[in-house]
Amino acid sequence: MLRLDNLAKRYKTGDHALRGVSLEVDRGQIVGLIGPSGAGKSTLIRCINRLVEPTGGKVYLNDVELTSMSGADLRRVRRRIGMIFQEYALVERLTVMENVLSGRLGYVPFWRSFLRRYPQADVDKAFALLERVGLAEHADKRADELSGGQRQRVGIARALEQDPELLLIDEPTASLDPKTSRQIMRLIREICEERSLPAVINIHDVLLARMFVDRIIGLTAGEVVFDGPPAELDDAVLTRIYGAEDWTAMQTAAAEDAEDAEDAAAAHGGHVRRAAEGERPEERLAGLA
Amino acid sequence: MSTAAAGRRWRRPPVLIQSRRTRWLVYGGLLIYLALAISTVEVNWLRVYEGLDRGWRFAQGFLAPDFVSRWKDISQGLAESLTMTVTSTVVGVLLAVPIGIGAARNVAPMPIYLFCRAIIALSRTFQEVIVAIFFVAMFGFGPFAGFLTLAFATIGFMAKLLAEDIEDIDEAQAEAVRATGASFPQLINYGIQPQVMPRLIGLSLYRLDINFRESAVIGIVGAGGIGATLNTAIDRYEYDSAGAILLLIILIVMAAEYSSSHVRGWVQ
Repeated sequence: MLRLDNLAKRYKTGDHALRGVSLEVDRGQIVGLIGPSGAGKSTLIRCINRLVEPTGGKVYLNDVELTSMSGADLRRVRRRIGMIFQEYALVERLTVMENVLSGRLGYVPFWRSFLRRYPQADVDKAFALLERVGLAEHADKRADELSGGQRQRVGIARALEQDPELLLIDEPTASLDPKTSRQIMRLIREICEERSLPAVINIHDVLLARMFVDRIIGLTAGEVVFDGPPAELDDAVLTRIYGAEDWTAMQTAAAEDAEDAEDAAAAHGGHVRRAAEGERPEERLAGLA
Repeated sequence: MSTAAAGRRWRRPPVLIQSRRTRWLVYGGLLIYLALAISTVEVNWLRVYEGLDRGWRFAQGFLAPDFVSRWKDISQGLAESLTMTVTSTVVGVLLAVPIGIGAARNVAPMPIYLFCRAIIALSRTFQEVIVAIFFVAMFGFGPFAGFLTLAFATIGFMAKLLAEDIEDIDEAQAEAVRATGASFPQLINYGIQPQVMPRLIGLSLYRLDINFRESAVIGIVGAGGIGATLNTAIDRYEYDSAGAILLLIILIVMAAEYSSSHVRGWVQ
């Protein structure tokens, strides 16, 4: 599906952001990319869709090599790679619907996007996706009127509107509270499962990564230092990735924080049916919207 | 309860010049220069005395403006000025948009960037009056020269500010649009236009009222419009008509100012 072959990036300043990263991601697999700030996580996922130009190595998507493409070919590949961003990166002054439809930009000619005359099929899909992420009634609101969690769901809908074969997700929860973070991660997980979409997720939060991904890759100083299932991610491995720290204490504290936040939200939001994990997540999302 | 700190004096540390002596030298030197410079300005007090009279007549004209006797000239001049202002602003802004995009470092490749920056520099180097004299020499007296002058000045002004605004956008939004596989015009339309539009509209309105004021000035060097009428009135010592013209200019500028601030608030 996705294959990176000895991918390297060296910035003009001389910093080696990536030093020969090789990995493969299979269909439907959700990969969490963890590592300290500056380890090259963002660079790595941006090298895949060439928002950042790699300086060495190759990227293959379905055995098509992306690194040598340019112009229209590159755009044709990019439109099949959905991307979800930290801080959402919605076009703030456009409506929710325009943001979702912008996922079709790679498919439609300029005049259609300029006049906002998208083919009916695209509009239908956009409404269906908004429904799916629980924002159907917000279609004509401006993106900057929404809350953080809502915006990220618009971001998800935009990425899916592209009919992606692969999702690249850059710190999806970095600016969200613990509860919303879990909901967003759960939504991403479900959507990937529904469509057997592979995803590469940069994620700061190790606990969240453990909870929601199939495979974890640890990146330190531009090199892969761990690659395995979440279960194998023990203190020794974390120390290898992040450096020495009292991991157990941090995790306990973080888990308590998250629970506190959920309790508080439940107390305020009147979540009476708090069979939390048993409840169907999309209903909870729709209810919150 | 610490007594050690009691009675400790504090003075703000000097901001610009650290040494007390240089500070006195610099400020003292500046004062002396100012005094000497003023003393070299020659004032012919007799001439000032005579001029007071003329100034008074001018002021009287203002106080008793005569809209009627030259109304035909005035209304024609105003109409010409307004036409000149609107057409030159529209044309100037339309031309400034592509140039402004080309002059934004974060979207344009180097050669285009330099080319557009050169156009902006050229347009901004020459003051409107000088450009107007040039165009009047080239195309003769009248509003066409004025239209060209104002359009030319508008390009430099708008393109520079637009380019700066584009350089200041939130790159994340543009990056997200690029990631969807958007082409360059789509990137501009979705990633950049929504971010710069309110300011572009605000600046265009601002430029509209600058152009109106400028049209009065460049009329004096022959570029048509209300400036030409004003110049004629002053040449004929018809200060009451001149006063009427100035009052009308002030009213129109104020109206433009007031409505543009409303529109700016509305497009945010």
